[in-house]
Amino acid sequence: MSDTQDTVLSIRNLTIDLPEGGDRPHAVENLNLDVKRNEIVCIVGESGSGKSITSFTTMGLLPRVLKPSQGEVLFEGTDVLKLSDKQHSKLRGNRMAMIFQEPMSALNPCYTVGDQIEEVFATHSSMTKSERRARTIKLLDEVHLPEPERIYHSFPHQLSGGQRQRIVIAIALAMDPALLIADEPTTALDVTTQAQILSLFKQLKETHSAGIMFVTHDFDVVAEIADRVVVMQKGLVVEQGTADEVLNRPKHPYTRQLIDAVPRRTREAPPSIEGNEVVMKVVALEKTFHTSRTLFAPARTVKAVQDVNLTIRKGETLGIVGESGSGKSTLVRCLIRLTDIDDGAVWIGGKEFSRVPRGQLHDWRKKIQIIFQDPYGSLNPRRTIGDQLVEGPVNFGVPRKVAMQKARELLRIVRMEQDALHRYPNQFSGGQRQRICIARALMVEPEILIADESVSALDVSVQKEVLNLLAEIKEEMGLTMLFITHDLRVAAQVSDNIVVMNKGQIVERGNADQVFSNPQNDYTKKLLAAMPGQGWEVPDIAALERAGA
Amino acid sequence: MVRFILTKLVMAAMVALTVSIISFGLVYMAGDPAIALAGETATDEEIAVIREQYGFDRPIPVQYLDWLGSAVRGDFGISYYYNMPVSDMIFSRLGTTVTLGLCAISFALLISLPMGVLSAIKPNSLLDRVAVFIAVVGEAIPSFWFGLLLIVLFSINLGWLPASGSDSWQSFIMPTIVLGYYATPALMRLTRAGMIDVLSSDYIRTAKAKGLRPRKVLFKHALRNAVIPVVSLAAVQMGFMLGGSIVTETVFALHGAGFLAWQSISRNDLSTMQALILIFSMFYIVFTFLADVLNAWLDPRLRSG
Amino acid sequence: MSTTDTSAPEGKTVTQKKEITPRQALIKRALKNRNLMVSGGILLLIVLIAIFAPLLAPHDPYKQNLLARMVRPAFMGGDSKHLLGTDALGRDMLSRLLYGARVSLGVGLLATLMSGIIGTTMGLLAGYFGGRIDQVVQFLINVRLALPAILVALACVSLFGGSITVVTITLGLLLWDRFAVVIRAATMQLRNMEYVAAAEVLGARMPRILRKDILPNVTSQLVVIASLEMASAIMLEAGLSFLGLGVQPPTPSWGLMISEGKEMLLFESWLITIPGICLFVLVFAINVFGDGIRDISSPEGRN
Repeated sequence: MSDTQDTVLSIRNLTIDLPEGGDRPHAVENLNLDVKRNEIVCIVGESGSGKSITSFTTMGLLPRVLKPSQGEVLFEGTDVLKLSDKQHSKLRGNRMAMIFQEPMSALNPCYTVGDQIEEVFATHSSMTKSERRARTIKLLDEVHLPEPERIYHSFPHQLSGGQRQRIVIAIALAMDPALLIADEPTTALDVTTQAQILSLFKQLKETHSAGIMFVTHDFDVVAEIADRVVVMQKGLVVEQGTADEVLNRPKHPYTRQLIDAVPRRTREAPPSIEGNEVVMKVVALEKTFHTSRTLFAPARTVKAVQDVNLTIRKGETLGIVGESGSGKSTLVRCLIRLTDIDDGAVWIGGKEFSRVPRGQLHDWRKKIQIIFQDPYGSLNPRRTIGDQLVEGPVNFGVPRKVAMQKARELLRIVRMEQDALHRYPNQFSGGQRQRICIARALMVEPEILIADESVSALDVSVQKEVLNLLAEIKEEMGLTMLFITHDLRVAAQVSDNIVVMNKGQIVERGNADQVFSNPQNDYTKKLLAAMPGQGWEVPDIAALERAGA
Repeated sequence: MVRFILTKLVMAAMVALTVSIISFGLVYMAGDPAIALAGETATDEEIAVIREQYGFDRPIPVQYLDWLGSAVRGDFGISYYYNMPVSDMIFSRLGTTVTLGLCAISFALLISLPMGVLSAIKPNSLLDRVAVFIAVVGEAIPSFWFGLLLIVLFSINLGWLPASGSDSWQSFIMPTIVLGYYATPALMRLTRAGMIDVLSSDYIRTAKAKGLRPRKVLFKHALRNAVIPVVSLAAVQMGFMLGGSIVTETVFALHGAGFLAWQSISRNDLSTMQALILIFSMFYIVFTFLADVLNAWLDPRLRSG
Repeated sequence: MSTTDTSAPEGKTVTQKKEITPRQALIKRALKNRNLMVSGGILLLIVLIAIFAPLLAPHDPYKQNLLARMVRPAFMGGDSKHLLGTDALGRDMLSRLLYGARVSLGVGLLATLMSGIIGTTMGLLAGYFGGRIDQVVQFLINVRLALPAILVALACVSLFGGSITVVTITLGLLLWDRFAVVIRAATMQLRNMEYVAAAEVLGARMPRILRKDILPNVTSQLVVIASLEMASAIMLEAGLSFLGLGVQPPTPSWGLMISEGKEMLLFESWLITIPGICLFVLVFAINVFGDGIRDISSPEGRN
């Protein structure tokens, strides 16, 4: 870091009011931060911390209901808050550019991506058509898209999420901006794509000498790319400093709490489950999806799950890891018989569950239960929590009164108040809903509990709470768990054994330590190498606190 | 693209075939058409004569295939009431109805598109409130009553426009307004809702982040996406309008196919009725097919779908 | 993770707001919605008028008095015995209008109920099962939309004879398309919700899932479409009667009254204006009511 670095963006005392009736008066309050040339500044915080609002203010893209009430946003010396929208739009896409979270919807479906990149040149330069085209092709090459000529003529829907995000990055880089704002640009992407995009950012910092403001919630991503870190909570900056300071010697309790919640493998020797009885056995499971042949399109088949074999013993936690499209979700649907399998068998406690006729299935359902991903979609908004908790037992013939008693007990176990029974889901936060879902699954006393990406939609600190709760309950009730996730870190934290899925097949299996320390399969190796923040040892927060106290 | 069009075409053909069965079968649903034609007081002999004369004595599937075969060639038989070839009667009047339909849909689009777009840009502005008010009021005015009110005002009180007939272009003004206003509220609401939806989408934010002028964001990026569902609805409305022309043409005594439909139904002229139901349905099927093709051109995602 | 931070933050504790159930919240929003309250009030009034028409009507709506034909309404300088005047046969307009509300509301309600049952069943089945059933339902919807409703309705009435029953059944069999389209789409969306999967895994059977998890979540949409379809059924009945192929004289139907008044258009335009206004007010109130229901069930507003 040298003194020749000049400050690109300097936010001073910025306060943005929230409309009345919100849970707090300001979206951000008294915010101060600087971004210099050749520097990546990460803004970290959980949802609702005001981190995205900050980037939208800088870009002049704030929703109308939000108004900055105080402070200034100095971009290369000019206060952009004082600019007219017309003046601001001359900077946008030109001197400052932004990359968004959702690559799937960030591009206009009606125009080719070439056209959408060229538009930037047409707006901010006086290049001729052929110059614009040449520059666009060059940009596509720079963001490492294969066959730029072909991509140039593609429509967004013909590209993958990672490819689309590269297009959005190309749009942002087109005019060589001094400031690049990235708002959770890799959150929606698979881990291998994320690694590629992150390394692209590191390159850009050097080649374009831009200042990069990178908004994220993930401390491992911070460890991967940040030079400096700003931690926000409820609209306030609680801590800022160099990456080394914040990551390894966090001072503020909130930062410590967040860092402590970063999932890491902590358990050393899992209790042996070797001799335990087998509760679930999956033999050569196959599931293929067919799009039926129409008059003008041939039938297509997608092999979603191919030759999957699993043996799960009582008390085991099996992690099933895979990226999107790996077939793990289809596997889950087959295991709980939301989808019928094509071939193979699923045995649960000596019964071939996958062959139980639909009519008798009812009696076997209670053996295996599931907790889903989306805490907002897995509870019916029109039924009380109590009504939804007793659904299972009532369906299996338990009197409602008895079931209600059980519901009370389970609410206590998942650490919820008793009066939750009479409330509706909209009165609970995501973490609370997920706990209710756990209680609902446990109502029928299942032997096997499947957690399908059950903590992926939660903030890290909440994620940790739920994971701890699951571990406790598992211990207490002697449950067997299948933990499905795309997040290797979470899998590492909770699993005894791991299977890695790719393209519908299991490519690697073994106990967790073995898989993580000594992977055999190339895909697993690639996956592990792609995990961000590998060089960073999460500091021992408890030790820090003791030292500080 | 070719595959998309072919798939839509087959679907359209199947719908058309089903519609033809329904419009043919309608006549038989109420009982023996020979009795219906001959009248309540007819003797058995008279009924038998009619039955043979019109071929009602043959098996129904044979009658249907015969009817369909001729219909495909544009021959709908002889009108039971007017004793003229049905196709001659219909085709000489269809021009009037199609002209009216085109005028009305243009009128509706000219009002609803700009108003829908403008009110979406500034929700809750005065213009938006006016637009919503027009939509709600418009939806509640019965078109035949609206037509009569216009006649009272412009023909009787002011004497500006002819109250009936189809001799001059002036005769089309009031029918166009009456038929067009009927489609306006739905089109306006859809344009407004679609536009609001699109304007809050991620790709509009991307376009703004590129520093594009608001005009370009609106016309290049937003309008094209917002107009896609409007195209489909306009086609549906166009089809409904031809049906609606029955009421409008009757109110203004405009001698189009709608007026003919009313006359033939009032006079129990079964063959003309059948033919008109089929023809109006065909118009609807063709319009929606064209809308599908237009949308596929507007939205590349549909082409590969 | 939400796209922007403008969404509500994760509350760490249960919201401290006063406890209300979704239903109570809905009622609260309804009471605050002026449009909904006013239109609801008008509708209630019309329903009461229709029910108590025999008590309210000053005269027999069928009784002709050739000596008192086309008496102008009281406010136009007519006779105070006939507040809204008399028609071409000397029947009291006010009494006929009051009884006419029965025809409009009766046809509207029954036709909507019928089409609602048909369309909702089709939509639920198509949305829940998908596949072949869905293809069949979509095909039926396409066929129905291709048929010109007014023309088919006219044809049916002419073939089966014009009576309130025939008109109601015909409209009921014709107006189900919007129910089917909307409920199908909504069910499809709900079908993929995780709580439906959860119910299935918890041993709930299909009818129970439809009743407990799907139907309660489409009711607000159902009410909105029902209001739209009721409005269009009322308009169509009036239209058919106006064309002389709906409710037959001497039954007092507002559409028929406009048709009868049409003959006198040149001289006595109030004969069509008054029943037209009644029709307008009824349909307007129904539409505003439907809009209001949509507003209160999606609190973000009318977008």
